[in-house]
Amino acid sequence: MTAKQMIVTGLFAAGLILAGNSFCAAGQYGPGVTDTEIKIGNTNPYSGPASAYGINGKVHAAYFAMINEKGGINGRKINYISRDDSYSPPKTVELVRQMVEQDQVFLIFASLGTPSNMAIHGYLNENKVPQLFVATGADQWNDPKHFPWTMMWLPSYGIESHIYANYILKNLPNAKIAVLYQNDDYGKDYLNGLRVGLGDKAAKMIVATQSYETTDPTVDQQVVALQGSGADVLLTAATPKFAAQTVRKVFDIGWKPTHFLNSVGNSVGTVMKPAGLEKGVGTISASSVKDPTDTQWRDTPEFKEWLAFMNSHGLSGSITDAQAAIGYSYAQTLVEVLKMCGDNLTRENVMKQAASLHDLKLPLLLPGITLNTSAGDFDPIKQMQLQKFDGTTWQLFGDVISGSGT
Amino acid sequence: MAGTFPVNSTAKLATERESATGFAAWRRAGIAALIAVAVLLPFTLSNYHVFELTQVMIYAIAVLGLNILTGYNGQISLGHGGFFAAGAYTAAILMHRYGVPYWATLPPAALVCFALGMLFGLPALRFEGPYLALVTLAMAVAMPQLLKYFDALTGGNQGIVLVKPLPPPALGLDRDRWLYFFVLAILLLAMRVAGNLLNGRTGRAFVAIRDHPIAAAAMGINTARFKTLAFGVSTLFTGIAGALAAIVIGFVAPESFSLFLSLSFLVGSAVGGIATIGGAIVGGFFIEFVPNFANDISDAAPWAIYGLAMLVFMYLMPRGVAGTLGPSLAHAMDKFRPGRYAAK
Repeated sequence: MTAKQMIVTGLFAAGLILAGNSFCAAGQYGPGVTDTEIKIGNTNPYSGPASAYGINGKVHAAYFAMINEKGGINGRKINYISRDDSYSPPKTVELVRQMVEQDQVFLIFASLGTPSNMAIHGYLNENKVPQLFVATGADQWNDPKHFPWTMMWLPSYGIESHIYANYILKNLPNAKIAVLYQNDDYGKDYLNGLRVGLGDKAAKMIVATQSYETTDPTVDQQVVALQGSGADVLLTAATPKFAAQTVRKVFDIGWKPTHFLNSVGNSVGTVMKPAGLEKGVGTISASSVKDPTDTQWRDTPEFKEWLAFMNSHGLSGSITDAQAAIGYSYAQTLVEVLKMCGDNLTRENVMKQAASLHDLKLPLLLPGITLNTSAGDFDPIKQMQLQKFDGTTWQLFGDVISGSGT
Repeated sequence: MAGTFPVNSTAKLATERESATGFAAWRRAGIAALIAVAVLLPFTLSNYHVFELTQVMIYAIAVLGLNILTGYNGQISLGHGGFFAAGAYTAAILMHRYGVPYWATLPPAALVCFALGMLFGLPALRFEGPYLALVTLAMAVAMPQLLKYFDALTGGNQGIVLVKPLPPPALGLDRDRWLYFFVLAILLLAMRVAGNLLNGRTGRAFVAIRDHPIAAAAMGINTARFKTLAFGVSTLFTGIAGALAAIVIGFVAPESFSLFLSLSFLVGSAVGGIATIGGAIVGGFFIEFVPNFANDISDAAPWAIYGLAMLVFMYLMPRGVAGTLGPSLAHAMDKFRPGRYAAK
């Protein structure tokens, strides 16, 4: 038995040494990088309930293919491995482990979904694998102190809410604010962001809050209750279905508050149309990415370049999809960061470079919005521009406004 | 007669086991060899593959639960993903909110799912076949939303992140291998318990009810009692599997337990052999590997490949892998029984 134990222990030790080696950087290269290749891993829901978001992964793949056709990054081609997790967190864990341990990817890029990213958050940070530019907006992702290997990209919910607060303080200083929010971390991020943004005036200005559960059939009751509070400003932090209900109910009961609608639920197609286009006139929201349906961009060189890219890569069916514009911008950000790394392609350096973005402009971000990060700030986009709904589309107005996270 | 249902052949074999020759002996040697392989395998594989095999075993325990209900007792369930979720959340909430050590969450998870299953078994008494399938479907579709509703307890959409258990330092194993052996031990125990239950009085009652409920009642079997019991035992196994899944993945969220999970269990059960115990392991392999395999073959239409794999399996082995190969193996091995012809 001791002989067997010894063999077993020996084999195990050998395995540990092998596994240990694979995590060590060979020279200036981390795992997954050679003189000719950089291996990038990603998960996206190509099937299942959230498959509409799968367009992100398709756009990344097409963009990296285009970069490779042009010779890659410093002579290295991007080998983009993207797998379908069907928006199921256990599947994400399995696929990400496969990519990190078997395929030996350099980093995990733009994995989509809050629960999916939650499920791999600990694992990637424990193994010091970059979880770059997560495709989710919750405030908690910006936590470099506890999770130095995870970086976000989208403006966090808290930042967006802070931007509304800034606008209210400046333009509606005597506002009585009502808040309708989804009763989970996402909704509470908006409520907290507003409170932080209003500062010591928060207690006085916020006169009523109502929450709803995702299982509620409607939010009619909450809207009526909020109207009863006498508020003249409404902030709605709701997903598309509930956002549409809110827009309609506010109009139907004759309430005329200045209505701020979160960017999570401001799509013309899935929110404003079902609510009734005329009922949403005057609603205010915020954005940081150019909406591909907004005609004012149509003749700009940036937009034409994007259109040409989409059409030449078999993605012409998605040229009105805002998600496609977002996926394109994500891919460009990664290419920028990899260029900044030069020949020092270690995981440590990629995080260092990603944390030193300074006024990085991207063609599909709204003019004036840039990416900025530092060692203590892992949320690159902190600016948005307000937009007002005119009955057919969102019209940008005012200047780009900055907010800070909560 | 022995050929119509694989259960019958195992039951028949059980009576022949005393001779300790022929198939029974081969079978025992085979099981011993398989366990030896299962114990040694993780030392030759990478951590990722060990993790994959751990998942296989967890699915196997869940499928085993479904086999007891659907294969042995003839009640179809499309809702076992819901019970899997109940087990997972019981473990997760106990670990996260009450600081219960991971191994101690299994008995409560088993108990909760047993109780849930018994409760569910009561209305199920009134439904048969496809109607029962619909009733259980309700469990599968309702569970993710219920989990979101009670978000004070379940963490809602965000789910619950769990601290992954540390292996006992004395063993010198890493986390993936320790969890592998932990799950392997539970799987072996579960198969043993299921074997004892199904080869005994209770199992015979289950099968009698499945084959002919009226005759079973006439023989004095309390069909209502045994049908609810089958439900409870079945969900107990699946709930334990759910708890293990929460421990091994280290995270639970409502999205983890979609309707597709329930369907996967049924597919795994049918492919492995619906009225077998060993088939559950084949089912576990199918659930874990075939979707990945399909994705490797075709990015464009992985689910078409998955469907094709299902068709091929069901066409070649209509009673599932274990249900088809088991009896033929038994037949082949019987031929080699020494003295077989002399006895005649």
